[in-house]
Amino acid sequence: MARTLITMPKTAKRGELIEIRTLIAHPMETGYRHADDGSVQPRNLIRRLTCRYFDGRDDVEVFSAELFPAIAANPYVSFFTVATASGSLRFSWQGDNGFAQTESVELTVT
Amino acid sequence: MTTRRQVLTTTAGLAGAIWLRPASASAEELAAAIAAFAAGAPVRAGRVTLDVAPLVENGNVVPITVTVQSPMSAADHVKAIAIFNERNPQRDVAVFGLGPRAGRATVSTRIRLATSQQLVAVAKMNDGSCWTHTVDVIVTLAACVES
Repeated sequence: MARTLITMPKTAKRGELIEIRTLIAHPMETGYRHADDGSVQPRNLIRRLTCRYFDGRDDVEVFSAELFPAIAANPYVSFFTVATASGSLRFSWQGDNGFAQTESVELTVT
Repeated sequence: MTTRRQVLTTTAGLAGAIWLRPASASAEELAAAIAAFAAGAPVRAGRVTLDVAPLVENGNVVPITVTVQSPMSAADHVKAIAIFNERNPQRDVAVFGLGPRAGRATVSTRIRLATSQQLVAVAKMNDGSCWTHTVDVIVTLAACVES
């Protein structure tokens, strides 16, 4: 399990715009670098990040990101979404070598 | 008979061709990558702002922010934002998928830059139109994407 850091408000007013900042610990090895012995370091990337908003009725993908080797190590992505109703936001990262991680954060909408 | 002048001009031309090729080849690749993302739609400058420091000290971690002017309503919103570079080993940097639920078309991330180069942000709207912003970045310490 990689360490993740998701920063977003716990509560929001209905229709309010909230900023979500996500960070996950991952080397994002490009597959272009060489080790000291000259061998190529095998590629190891996070390929995709998705954020789904489940508000009790609908489960909608509000944001997705496809990541390439040019993304810095420990990928940081921040974006916005509209708080529609109380529910949970599910973040999932997928990557090479079967890397998959999901985190869920509750949001209370008043 | 080959004259001295002919030899000199051809070698100069060859050297020029060899010297210029990497830069123009990557610029062509960049244009091709943008065209592939636009999928036939005309690509116009405007509406997009790619915010990045013009002078980057550390190419390993370069914070960037892309903002697109859009009401983000069901009728008029940004569908995707792509970021391309000119001189990293690969032209793609990231592709973000958005929709009306995003509320605001602003995305931030941190990227690697192998050398001083151009960065291009392309936004694709729900009506298929594409808008871009190109920025030149000078990198003092390159990212070790290739050694």
